[in-house]
Amino acid sequence: MSRIAQTLRGAALMDFWGAFALGMRQFFKPKPTVNYPFEKGYVSPRFRGQHALRRYANGEERCIACKLCEAVCPAQAITIEAEPREDGSRRTTRYDIDMVKCIYCGYCQEACPVDAIVEGPNFEYATETREELYYDKAKLLENGDRWEREIARNLELDARYR
Amino acid sequence: MYDFVTQWGPVWGTVAVIGQILGFMVVLLLSLAFLLLMDRKVWAAVQMRKGPNVVGAFGLMQSFADFLKFVLKEIIVPAGADRPLFILAPLLTFALAFITWAVIPVAPGWVISDINVGILYVFAISSLGVYGIIIGGWASNSKYPFLGAMRSAAQMVSYEVSIGFVIVAILVMAGSMNLSTVVAAQGGGFWNWHVLSLDMLPWPAFAITIPLFVIFFVSALAETNRPPFDLPEAESELVAGYQVEYSSTPYLLFMIGEYLNIVLMCALMTVLFLGGWHAPLDFPPFTWIPPVFWFAIKVVFLFFMFAMVKALVPRYRYDQLMRLGWKVFLPTSLAAVALMGGFVVYANAG
Amino acid sequence: MMLQAAAFYILSAVAVLSAFMVVAAKNPVRAVLFLILAFFSVAGIFVILGAEFLAMILVIVYVGAVAVLFLFVVMMLDIDFAELKQGFLSYLPLGGLVALALAAMLALVGFTWTMSDTASGHLQAPMPADMTNVEALGAVLYDQYVLYFQLAGLILLVAMIGAITLTLRHRPGVRRQDVGKQVGRKRAEAVELVDVKRGEGIG
Repeated sequence: MSRIAQTLRGAALMDFWGAFALGMRQFFKPKPTVNYPFEKGYVSPRFRGQHALRRYANGEERCIACKLCEAVCPAQAITIEAEPREDGSRRTTRYDIDMVKCIYCGYCQEACPVDAIVEGPNFEYATETREELYYDKAKLLENGDRWEREIARNLELDARYR
Repeated sequence: MYDFVTQWGPVWGTVAVIGQILGFMVVLLLSLAFLLLMDRKVWAAVQMRKGPNVVGAFGLMQSFADFLKFVLKEIIVPAGADRPLFILAPLLTFALAFITWAVIPVAPGWVISDINVGILYVFAISSLGVYGIIIGGWASNSKYPFLGAMRSAAQMVSYEVSIGFVIVAILVMAGSMNLSTVVAAQGGGFWNWHVLSLDMLPWPAFAITIPLFVIFFVSALAETNRPPFDLPEAESELVAGYQVEYSSTPYLLFMIGEYLNIVLMCALMTVLFLGGWHAPLDFPPFTWIPPVFWFAIKVVFLFFMFAMVKALVPRYRYDQLMRLGWKVFLPTSLAAVALMGGFVVYANAG
Repeated sequence: MMLQAAAFYILSAVAVLSAFMVVAAKNPVRAVLFLILAFFSVAGIFVILGAEFLAMILVIVYVGAVAVLFLFVVMMLDIDFAELKQGFLSYLPLGGLVALALAAMLALVGFTWTMSDTASGHLQAPMPADMTNVEALGAVLYDQYVLYFQLAGLILLVAMIGAITLTLRHRPGVRRQDVGKQVGRKRAEAVELVDVKRGEGIG
């Protein structure tokens, strides 16, 4: 008996009409779409986006060339060369991040004792060639200058959980 | 169409006919651009998204932007491909999708070629549609396209059978193979449309034609490789089936051909079941709208249903598809042909 | 009239050429595609002759269904043509003999064939003017020759049943799917909710 009822239900497309009613209800609901290039979604303070090298307030770069980030990087995306500067302090002469290799794990940020290398909130840095994704020290410092306000705020917001 | 040649002489008559065809094609392609957008918008709305809304107001120009993108890209022919056949396949799909429209009457007298066996012509050409896919899949010389082509060949041949029987039943009822005559017989009000056919009362023909309409609709989904029967291109298993190796303009031709076939199936359902250009009620507020718009409204409604089905129904498994085609639709439509024949014989006799 | 003649010559030339290419093509898939082209041009010739119904049926049945299956099979096969052509010379005498016999038979039929006096009238007007193609064919097939038509259908049915019985075998122990049963299954038949006491289990 239930087999006959089942066949009749199938022949009358009852399943489809149920789904259709549901679909039409969804059809007129307000859409949660974010119009991306014009509107942007919320980005967490812990978001790990484009890398940046930060400076102290007096303009001195924070990085002390300890190479912890280079050591911890699981994708081996970071290359550092260091030499003493004229004033005797140890500084990097080369600090490259291959953004194609990078997996955005955030270990470099965790490893850094002076909060020099950080992953900022920026995620819109697509380029037309691979070469442009091979960041050198100048580019990273420039990122740091550009995003310093947001990065500092994010670090401050996240500080109490560390 | 004959009028042009006999009235305006062979030269100007030919020019007029070609102009008519070109005009029809342009109108078709333009409406297709917006129907494509509608498909995406409906799909998006059911999933609570907005769909394309950047190019032009409400994204109305999206299809044109896509067109430009496809045309400007590089055509890639795989090294192991059978080059002439690889190029031929999308052209074939595209051309076949267009030539079927020659016999579809969109309004009284508005038909490019009003031939006597119009419906058979439509059926014959749509049965050729499978070649574009098979040739494309084979000529790509690649695994997934070939699997997709094999699936589509089996699927389209299976469902053509039930489409054929549905068409035969409607032919028996209408008593003509000329599509204009079929439509003209459905005038007077929506109860005369073949899907209800209440004018056959006391013979309950609607008990046959409503199931036939459903069978035709579902078979049309399978015939045009639409979800839930999109196994030839099943993106989760075959990547994109027979289209894997295609890019740029050839892909565009495939896609236009596919969507044009969908619109054609909608138009065919309108002509065979929903009274073609006739208004649902035959008095003023409805008759003020010109017939061609009634035709378009019905086609768009059916296309909306196609889009809703795509949004709602999960994909069939291959054996389920074959079971539905051969074990459910074929016997049902065969029985419908026999019953309809009986109806027509006895209704005419008594 | 001139347009018709031109169309006839173009279509028949394409039909003959593609029929030749079916045999000559190296690639079997292309051979089938040429076969389809031949079918198609013959359908065109039917249209010129005024037999539009036959033309459409030819396209639907042969091009739309039969040739698809051909193509289906040929694409699946891995045919090595070099191997196939190996025995060409050794089979040439026998093959040539068969071909000669066929040609002789064709010649015999061709030269002794005459047309009956009444047939020419039918040829000029193959169908009544007040009927469409389909009605005329239907009147002949289902009124005049209904018995033969049904018998032909029965013979095809017998062939089909024969093919099925020859290939059908019931294997024991195959688990078949019952879609209706699967879809019709209720929650109560499938799931049992049990309140399990801690430390006791269901037992």
